[in-house]
Order: sequence, then C-alpha cells, then structure tokens
Amino acid sequence: MYAVTLSQGKGKNMSIQTENKMNNVINATNMAKNRKLVLESGEVFNGYGFGANTEKVLELVFNTSMVGYQEIISDPSYTDQAVVMTYPLIGNYGINEDDYESQSPSIGALIVREYNDTPSNFRASGSLQSIMKKYGISGIYGVDTRAITRIIRSRGSLKSLITFIDKPLSECMVILNRSVLPTDAVSRVTAASIWKADIFAPMDNMYYMGHADHTYPSSHSDQLGGYGHKSGGVHRLHVVAIDCGMKQNILRSLLARGCRVTVVPYDTPAKVIMSLKPDGVFISNGPGDPTDVPQCIDTVRSLKGTVPIFGICLGHQILSLAYGAKTYKLKFGHRGGNHPVKDIEADTIEITSQNHSYAVDRESIKDTRLKITHVNLLDDTVEGVACEEDMAFSVQYHPESAPGPQDSGYLFDKFIDNMMNARNRKEGIYA
Amino acid sequence: MPKRTDIKRILVIGSGPIVIGQAAEFDYAGTQACLSLKEEGYEVILCNSNPATIMTDKHIADRIYMEPLTLEFIAKVIRKERPDAILPGIGGQTGLNLAMQLERKGVLKECGVKLLGTDSDSIDKAEDRERFKELCESIGEPVLPSVVVETLEDGLKAAEAIGYPIVVRPAFTLGGTGGGFADNEEEIKYILNNALSLSPIHQALIEKSVKGYKEIEYEVMRDCNDTAITICNMENLDPVGVHTGDSIVVCPSQTLTNREYHMLRDSALKIIRALKVEGGCNVQFALNPESFDYYVIEVNPRVSRSSALASKASGYPIARVSAKISVGLRLDEIELANTLACFEPSLDYVVCKMPRFPFDKFTDASNVLGTQMKATGEVMSIGRCFPESMLKAVRSLEIGVYHLHMDRFDECDDDNLIEYIEESHDDRIYAIAELLRRGRDVSDITGASKIDAFFINEIKRITDMEKILRSYAAEDRADIYELTELIYRAKRLGFGDRVIGDCLGMNRDEVLKYRKEHSIFPVYKMIDSCASEFDSYIPYFYSTYESPECAYNESVVTDRHKIIVLGSGPIRIGQGVEFDYSTVHAVWTIREAGYEAIIINNNPETVSTDYTISDKLYFEPLTIEDVMNIIELEKPDGVIASLGGQTAINLAGPLASLGVPIIGTDSEAIDRAENRDSFEKLLLKLDIPQPVGEAVTSIEEGMRVADKIGYPVLVRPSFVLGGRAMQIVGKSKDMEHYLRTAVKVDEDKPVLVDKYIRGKEVEIDGICDGKDVFIPGIMELVERTGVHSGDSMSMYPTASISDEVKETILNYAGRLGLGTGIRGLFNIQFIVDSEERVYIIEVNPRSSRTVPFLSKATGYDMADMATRVMLGSGIREELDKLVCDVGLIIGRSLDTGEDGEVHAVYYPTESERWYVKAPAFSFSKLMGMDAYLSPEMKSTGEAIGYDDTLHRAMYKALIASGVKLSNYGTVMVTLADEDKEEALPLIRRFYNLGFNIEATIGTAEYLKEHGIRTRVRHKLSEGSDEILRSIRAGYVSYVINTRAIMSGVHYEDGVAIRREATQNNVTMFTSLDTVRVLLDVLEEVTISVDKL
Repeated sequence: MYAVTLSQGKGKNMSIQTENKMNNVINATNMAKNRKLVLESGEVFNGYGFGANTEKVLELVFNTSMVGYQEIISDPSYTDQAVVMTYPLIGNYGINEDDYESQSPSIGALIVREYNDTPSNFRASGSLQSIMKKYGISGIYGVDTRAITRIIRSRGSLKSLITFIDKPLSECMVILNRSVLPTDAVSRVTAASIWKADIFAPMDNMYYMGHADHTYPSSHSDQLGGYGHKSGGVHRLHVVAIDCGMKQNILRSLLARGCRVTVVPYDTPAKVIMSLKPDGVFISNGPGDPTDVPQCIDTVRSLKGTVPIFGICLGHQILSLAYGAKTYKLKFGHRGGNHPVKDIEADTIEITSQNHSYAVDRESIKDTRLKITHVNLLDDTVEGVACEEDMAFSVQYHPESAPGPQDSGYLFDKFIDNMMNARNRKEGIYA
Repeated sequence: MPKRTDIKRILVIGSGPIVIGQAAEFDYAGTQACLSLKEEGYEVILCNSNPATIMTDKHIADRIYMEPLTLEFIAKVIRKERPDAILPGIGGQTGLNLAMQLERKGVLKECGVKLLGTDSDSIDKAEDRERFKELCESIGEPVLPSVVVETLEDGLKAAEAIGYPIVVRPAFTLGGTGGGFADNEEEIKYILNNALSLSPIHQALIEKSVKGYKEIEYEVMRDCNDTAITICNMENLDPVGVHTGDSIVVCPSQTLTNREYHMLRDSALKIIRALKVEGGCNVQFALNPESFDYYVIEVNPRVSRSSALASKASGYPIARVSAKISVGLRLDEIELANTLACFEPSLDYVVCKMPRFPFDKFTDASNVLGTQMKATGEVMSIGRCFPESMLKAVRSLEIGVYHLHMDRFDECDDDNLIEYIEESHDDRIYAIAELLRRGRDVSDITGASKIDAFFINEIKRITDMEKILRSYAAEDRADIYELTELIYRAKRLGFGDRVIGDCLGMNRDEVLKYRKEHSIFPVYKMIDSCASEFDSYIPYFYSTYESPECAYNESVVTDRHKIIVLGSGPIRIGQGVEFDYSTVHAVWTIREAGYEAIIINNNPETVSTDYTISDKLYFEPLTIEDVMNIIELEKPDGVIASLGGQTAINLAGPLASLGVPIIGTDSEAIDRAENRDSFEKLLLKLDIPQPVGEAVTSIEEGMRVADKIGYPVLVRPSFVLGGRAMQIVGKSKDMEHYLRTAVKVDEDKPVLVDKYIRGKEVEIDGICDGKDVFIPGIMELVERTGVHSGDSMSMYPTASISDEVKETILNYAGRLGLGTGIRGLFNIQFIVDSEERVYIIEVNPRSSRTVPFLSKATGYDMADMATRVMLGSGIREELDKLVCDVGLIIGRSLDTGEDGEVHAVYYPTESERWYVKAPAFSFSKLMGMDAYLSPEMKSTGEAIGYDDTLHRAMYKALIASGVKLSNYGTVMVTLADEDKEEALPLIRRFYNLGFNIEATIGTAEYLKEHGIRTRVRHKLSEGSDEILRSIRAGYVSYVINTRAIMSGVHYEDGVAIRREATQNNVTMFTSLDTVRVLLDVLEEVTISVDKL
C-alpha cells in the first residue's frame, strides 16, 4: 500500500501520489474473481478471497446479526463452521482489542457480500482480514449471500468448501462427499486446564450485562459498589464454569457481579468440581452436538441437586440431557440477534442473541423434573428450562449478548440469587 | 391482552397541509393507522384539512371531516361525533399538539373521550425539555447541559454558563423551526429572538453544542406489557448539527460496533420504558466518534418522518402496529406478513435516504443546512453496498444529475471545495466526490466535513471506478473478458449505463447493448424484514447486480395481465402528495379490474410505496434504465405514465420509443400538449385563442419577440412544472436581464415569451376517452394571473364566472381534450379577461395538483374513472354507472366536424356547498427567502375549507392553511404606486373594522389624503428600521405588501419587510385579491362600529 504510506506525508508530492494511487487502483481492480464457494448440493458461488487461504470442508450456516462480526468470528461455538453473514457490509469498523469472545478465533470461514478493508472506528486496531489471516480463517466476498442463505433455509445447513476458483468442480464434489464433519470441537476449544479468574477487570474493557436499569457506560463503578449484586454486600460467590468453549462475555458478566470464577475443562469430573467448593456451577456454550460430550452430561447429572446450576446454549442442552430430556438438530439453526423469547411465568418478552443448531425436544421434557420457562415466539422451540427445587436452570439463547441484544442480563442475577439462597440455606440463615 | 372492547369509535387527527418538516409521511402513517383500526373492527372518524391525501378518502375512514385542525374545530367534531377515544400519535406534531390541548382544556374529559396510546403526561415529559431532562437524569441517561429560557437576557446568561458553541432549540415547533447554532453573543441574539417568537409557548432551549458527533437514531416500539423492541437504527451521514430530515441517512448504522449499537439500543429502550410510550417512538443520539460518550438528543413519542423511513427501510409497518398497540394489543399478539410484531427486523441490504431540497426554485434561500429542516421531500434507495445505494438515491432525486457529479464543482479549485464542504451545504456530497476525483486525501475530507471516513472511503470507491473505466477506455483494450468484468463491477457499485458510457466513451444505448450481449442484468431481491430467515413472499423488491453464475432473482413474474404505474418520486415544490393520491387510486382501480398492479417509485414518505397497496412494489429510481429493467422482466400489458406528475410523464416518450405500451394518453398526445409548436397548431385548428407568444432560443430573439408582442410579457422555460423561473417582465431592460441570468436559453432549452393578460384564472380537470369528455367541476382562482395557480386560493364552484363563459370553457375543454388525444386525465388553465374573453394558458396531459381537491369537492373519483378509461372503459359507460347516485350530468354536444360522430362534454350540476382550497407555505423555515407570490410556485401544501356560504368556506380554508386570522390589531401597508387606487377601498374596509393602519410614507400620505388615519413608518431606505421593529414587536396582525410587477425590480425595503414578516410569523399578503377575500371573511365574523 504505497499510496497510503505516501499520503500521510500531507500535501507533498501530490502529483506523484495521485499517479501512484491510480496505478494501485487499476491493478487492484484487474484482480478477477479468485475464490469460490462450493456447496455439497452442487451450487458454486464465485467471489474474491480475503483472510487466510485455508481450504476446509465446513458446515455452512448463516447469521442474521447486523453488527458483531468480531464477536462472531471469535465465538468458539462457531468452530468448524463457515458463517454466511446476511448483513452485506462486513469489516466497516475493523477489529479492536476488546471485543474478542475467545483468545484465538476458531470459526471455520466467513462468507460476505461486501468486505471493507479500510476500517473506521476509534477503537479499530486492524482490519478484519488481518486477524483472519493470523488465525487461518478463510473468507470469500462478492458472493450472493442472500441466495446462499435461501439455499440453507430450504435444504438445512450443509457442507461447503471454499477453494481456488480454478479447482475443478468434480474434484470439489469428491472432497465434499468424502469428508465427514468433525465431532470433537468441544475438546479443541475447552480450557487446557483449571484456571482461576478471580480478578476484577476494569470495566471499560468489557460489557456489563446488568439489570434492566443498568447505566452504561458512565457509571459502572456505582453499579459495582458491593460487587454489583442488588442484595448489596460483598458476596464473592465462587462459580465453577465448565468450559465447553465459553464466551469471554459470560466470564465478564459473572466477574462484574462480583463472582470468583474457576474455569474447568469440559471433561472435569463432578468430584473434582465439588472439591473446588463452588457456590454454583455454570455450564457454558460451545460448538456442535451436545450428545458428543457424554462426559459432561454425566458430570452435570451427578451435580444436579447438590449445587445451583446455570447453563447457556450448549450448557442448556447438556443440563436438559442430564435431566433426561432429548435434543435434536434444527433444520438450519438460530443465529442472530432478533428472536423474541417469552418468559412464560413473568409474561415478558426479551429479544435474544441466538447461536445454536441443536434444541431441546419439547415433548421429552414432560417426563423429566424440568419445566419449560422460556419459549421462542417465532417457532415455539424451547428456549429455557428450570428445576426450581434443584436451583438449576438454563437458557438456549445468550444472555451475555456479544453480539446481540442485552435484554437478558437478569438471568445472571437470578443465578446469583440462587447461589446466595443456597449459601444462606447452608449457613442456616433461612433454615 | 386482547384489544379493548370498551371503545368502538375512534377519532384520528391528521397532520393538515404539507409544510417543511411535516409532509406526506403522515398521510402514509395515517392511512395505515386508519386501516389498521378498521381491520380490528373500530369505527374511524378522521379529521384532516389536507384534501390531497389518501387518508381523507372514503375508503380509509368511516367518517371524514376535512375541517381546520384547530382546537375550536376539533372540539366541535368531538362534541358532534362523540367518539369513545382519540388517537393522537399519528398526525405528526400537529396531531399531538392538538390532542394535548384537548386534554388540557378539558374537552376530552367533558366528552368522555379516552386518549389512546401514550398518555398525556408521558407525551408532556417527552416534549417538555425540562421534564425530559429530569427524566433522563433520573434513569442515568446522559443529556446535554442546557437551560430553558423565555427571554433574551436569560438566554445570554445561560449561554455564558454553558459555554459556546451552543445550539438554540425552540419548544414545540415543527421540524425544529427557528433553531440554530451560535458561536458568540452576536449570533445567539439573532437566533434566540427568532426561536422565542416561533415557539407557541415562547420558550427555547440553550444547549451545549455537540457539532461533529455522530447522529444516530433508533426507531423503537413498546406495548402495554412493557415489551420494547427496536425496528431499526439509522446513521446520519452528516454529523450532529444538520437536521436529520436534511441529512443523508443510512439504515442500518454502518460505523458502530456491536458494543456501540447495543449501548444505544439499551438506552433507547430504557427511555421509552421510562416514558411508558405505547406505540412507536423515535430516539436520537449524539455519539462521540472518539469514545463511548453519548447524549440523548431528542425523543418523538409518535410516528414521524423517521418512522416512515424506518417502515419502508425495514418492511415493518410501524404506524399499523402502533395503532393496534394503542387499542390494547400486545406486540406478540400482532401478526405481520411473515412474523410476529415482537420481532426485530434484520436487514440484508443498505438503505440510503437523500433529502430533496427546494433551492433549485428558491434561489434566494440559503442552502446551508442546520438544525432547521429545509428539505421538502426525500428519496430512499436500496442496494447491497453503500455506493450502489447512494448512486440509486442520486438518480432518484431528479435534480438534473445522473451520477455523483455536479458540473458546477468542476471549475472550483481544491481550496474552495474544501471550504465549501466545511459548511453543511445541501450539495456538498458532490463537492466531496469532486475532491476525491482529484485525488484529494480521504483524511482531508473527513477533517473538513466531519463525515465519517467510512462514507468517504465508500464514495472513493465510486470515483476510483470512474478512473478505472476511463483508463480502460484510454488504453483501448479489447480484452472482452476484462471489460465485462469491469462493467459488472461498475454496475455492482450502482453506476448507471449513462455514466459508464461517459467514462468509456460510449452512449447509454451502446452500454445497454453490451450489457445485453454479455448478460449483465440486475436481479430483484425481496425486502422481507428477516434477511430471508423465514420462508415468505413479500412483494416488495429492489434491484442489485449479483454474479451471473448465481444470480437469483426473487421477483416472481406471474402470467397474469399486468399494468405498471409510474410514481412521482420525491416531493418537491409543484409536485406533491397529490400525485401519489392519483397513483394509489389508479392501483386500486387496476386491481379491481382484475389486473396485477405494479408500482415503481422511490419516495419513502408515501402511501404508494406501502407494499400492501399494490400487487408488487419496485423501490427504484424513476429513470429510463431502471424502469426498463423492470419492464423487460415483467413484460406488462401497459404502463401508466400520466399519474406520476412530470416525473412519470417525462418518461412516457422515451419508453414509447423503446416499444413500451404506454396506456392512457400516448406520447404523441403528450407532445401535442407540451410542445409549443404542435400545441399552437392544435389551437389554430380548433380556433381556440391563447395569449400571443413565441418560443425563443436566443437572447436577441427573445428581445425581438417581446417587443413585437408588447410588454408586459410572461416568460418561462418550457417543460417545467410549478412555474420554475417564470416571471412577468414589464420592460426590455428587465427582459434582457432575465434571459441572461434566470434561464440559460439555448437551442435545446427554449424560453416561452407570452403576452401577459391580466384577468381571472380558471382551471378544470377532466377525463377524456377519445370520444367524450367529462368535466366534474370548474374552479375559479382568487388571485388573478401573475400568481402561480398552485399558490392561489381556488374555489369550487366558481363565484364570479358567468354561465356563458362556463359554456365556452366547457366547449374549449371538450374540444381540446379530444383534439389533443387525451386518454385519461387532463388539466387546463384558462384566463378570463375583463371582456369575458377566454384564453388557454396551458393543457397538462396528465393528472394534476387539483385532482384530489376536485374529486373530494364534487364527489367524483376522477383518478378511478380515468384509470378505468385507460383500461378501455368509456365516459358514457362510466357516467351511466354514476347517474343514479350523483345529481344530474348534462352533456353538451361538441362539433368537432371531423369524423361525423357525436361527441359530448359532460358537466354535472354544480354543488350547492362551497369548497375552497388555500395554499400553505413554509417560508419561516427557509431563511432569506422572499415570500412574494409570483408566477413561480412557492407553496408546499394546501388545505381545504367547505361550508354553505363562500365566506365561511374561505374562513375555514384560510385558518386550515395556517393563516392567523385576527379581527383586530394593526395592518402594515406598503404598496406599489400602481396598486394604490385598487388598495384604497380595501384599506378603508380594514379601517372600518377597527384596525390601526400603519404605512410607509408614500402609501401613508395617499391613505391620509383619502381620509384614513394612518401612522407613518419610515422606510429602511430612509435609514430607519422602525418598520421592522413594529413587525417584530408583535402587534401587527397583517402585513400587506405589493411590488410593482411591471418593473420587476426587487425593492430592498419590500424584501426586508417580507422577510421580517415571515420570520416573525406575521400574516402577510402580497396579492390584493387575497386581501379582498380576507376582508370578506373578517367582515362576516366582525361587528364593526359606526357613527350615528
């Protein structure tokens, strides 16, 4: 980018600069389409490459969020998935240091209509593709993302391959037909070992999923006096979070409420977890099919009833399975930030952040001790369950947001209430 | 919660005549709301004084009152109709203010009327700056430091305390009227005086200025169950400081991260929850581009211009849902086309709104944008990338450019351009493009304009593409593959064929041919509110270019017979909501007749761009290329071009030459009416007189012709609507000046020079089927020739036209309709001189501004009938259907002496009720503009008044149009010499009514000589500003100011007086005819005193 460097030396060499820019532009535009997206059903979409050059067979899904691509590429739940962004303009505000949802983005690939390589935002520290290159995430732009989305909608999520444009279609189809999508994603994104997050990080670097009446961003410190719990006082509750690919904002949301959090790998046995003396156990989101992590289901099965439990997304499915319910794969999943979910008991509606392929089977809940607490108003799928006597509850959607609406922070408060109640009960205050 | 059953009849208040800041969007919202309530089984009583609207149609509401929107009249309607409830949030600020007044004055309580939707306390909290500030502070939402003031002294103190720069915002005014920025004491004095006088409660806010911050808006909804959602957010391309109505706006926001987006979303939802808004609401924020700091700028607890835009941009019908919420339904109980109303739309396209400004006509008004809205209308466009969206918007504006390029900036040097973009001029985006074209650095431009670098970089993609195309052409490369790829890329960026041709050295047709040969065609994508997540078919489309190997077109072409109706584009002076009225009526009729009705239009404010109106809506620019793309896809049986004003009619010829079947009046007939030569031939053949005149193509010729005809002459460019640059010229010196400066006369743009005949103006609208003509009514204009018909008051039936003259008019109109070859609607303007001779001024071979007024006054749905005629029905057939229910229609046979057939012109018995149409102006929004009425149209809207006597009807029309009628006070008079004699009896009538008379020296002496006690005011030219101080002081009820039309000279005094009057909201008259009407009305309502 000769021209860019030059232009910073304002005013001087104006004519040279213009000329060089011209050449630059012309060369750039002679670039013909160089990548293509091939679907297992045979459709081909030609486009332009950005990000890394990795060639992988990936599950193709779409996301309808209009903002939040940085959170999406770094959300471990998207591991091994090629995500079509239905919003056409991606990259506009670049990438910043704060909005990652994991240390190392593990999304499979990104498919967009328009990629913007000249970001504009005061926090931007680089372009989207610079990060994608760093983490081996391939991208294609200039394709009809709406057409691809409609294919996914009508056929269900399907296998796809992003590759060089001249690769013969027959060869692509062989690769697509031969490959089986991996089922070990959780093991790849879980914590390597047990670690403690007992810090109270400065709030201007994180989201705060607070009460409905929280103030943002000016008065976090007020909110967090007494570690932010509405009952007041410093509780320092200890949460053990089972990491199946946990989003950073879940951690931030717990920390912001004054919790001490110990993060454990997904296959940590119940005994080890209990030895950490948790006030509550959290089961995180994560990629793939919940039945691919039976160890985790077993753990939760033996923990239930002994300690308050809160699950999100994959954690919700694991909790449901642990209580004996069943899960199934949705045709093309829910990914976006606009689904209305009804809290049945409170008769309130929240707009939710969603990212899941699997769901809990409504019928199968009937035979368990769980009751349905939340339901999706668009397709009537189960969005939340609870076993009140066990102080266990979970939601299919993402109350931690990032990206998406921040209507559901109250669920973290509920978890804290449960832990407080359990602690009080233990200490005999309300016994 | 189910809908309320304790109410059955609901009163809806509309927004009245169109003024800047309150336009067609409220017709769209009102129509939607009325239909939505009817759908739920309620009886709807509607009050709106704007006859040009769809909402005042009998299809829309059950009982319609087109009465003035004042407390007095609405209270009468309420007492008469006894509605159970009133819906206040639909009729803009006018409707909301009225509802609040009704509540405060106890009318609602007295009549047991419930206020639906947001309650009055909440409305007050949102509207009263001080209370709103308190509310925000109580929930921790940041608002700008500010002080409410009621006097200049307090204002100065407040500004000192807050620190400059500050912004002044008057309370309770439309479109922020009267506000502005001040950097120092001098500036604040001027602005604050104006603001205080314009505020109905004489209150203004002095506030910290956050000029340069990003301006972000959220459209939000809340129901009685406290469910609150966002419909969409919008980012203003122009930073804070430019009224959002004047800014280029994109939807959704483009430069916000998830964190910023949801920070502001949370804030907006928190605010509407705190306000307990029930229905739609608009929240505006200022966001620091360098941090997370933000301020809540404004909340509108009602549907607004932004909500109309958001509805069209997202496909979510905000007004419809708001109406249902107001009767107790919850968001999760309301079903939309493909989801529940509690869902937040997801967009998979970029929407760009561009404002349409009146500066092409109001050349003396300042085109610097500020907090006071100046745009008369807007266009919206949809694309899959920002350049595409923006270029489509540019093409839709119809401002004489077809690309992001304006000739006028070609000659400016860089420094001038940078300086130009530092201030928010209406057209600075074109200057920015020019700077980029010259290779100027993006950072220089963002620095000067404060527009986010994202947008500048996106515009640079456009100018870069131009360079690439040019360099391709220069190097004359023959590599076909590359050119195909290049054109494809340019099309994806939204380039029209014409500009691609310019760059490549080809013409538009050659580019089209190339595109056809290489299959570069647009595809049409659906606006389904859900980014195609749910299977649905919403017949609402926009075009885009996708890769040919996977181009999925979503618009399903049916095998039904179909008719395309071309809309009228953005609202501008001379082409307003009236044309949308005709478009919508045509579509209804076409559907009734069993055809598929397809609309092409680009105005987000209108009813016609509600996709439920037609079978299919294409939201596209109205250019040959964009329209032809649709026609080639749909292959319609016919295209109707005669209803969408000049926009559509201008497309008729080119479309016809491409083989498109134009139904209704064909392009030859259009040419016969619009082309000077053929029209003259026609008149000669029919032996119908017109004022002598000629078309000239050079200055010399113009001077010669004017001499031959004899002054005064009327001059104007041909092919214009709304009398742009039309003037009466009294002598040769002025003639030369006009030809040199006002118009660029040349071979392609002839100027018309006509004899100016002083007389009464009469207007008709008619329908012709080729055999017979139907004329539902003849209208007489109050102001004599010299005032544009759109600015005149108009009466139906006529008041002073003899039966003989009427017969002549009917005969002329009948023969002209047939002779021109009209199939459908046409409009003719006549002059009747003092000898009762009738002359033709012009024939408009299309729907006109007066069609809705005349339809409503006479009871004949002209647009419906005309559409049926265009589809093949005949006048006689149509009248046979009608005769039973509407009066007597008498045919007069016409002797055309040609085909031996019997032709007739039909004219029904005239109504016994009087209907008066009065123009509404927006002068106070346009600083610097001269409010003198002339042949150039200046009004933005119109109001109707009807009653059993003419004077009562006029009274209502004047009140409804916003004229302050007071029957006491002072009349300030400054007259041109030639008007003094005529004015004398009028002034005497004021005097007899008990008014004080003040006048400038010449006028005063004349009045005194004739026994009228007059206070003398010195002229400005005498070095005194006492006349201006009088106007400012507030005791002047009327200013009467005429200028010597024959001289054409603008007296500085007159200009200053008129400006002062409009800026201080003092009722002003520049035509003695209007004054006469005013006096007729005042004498009717005033009891005067007299000696024994």
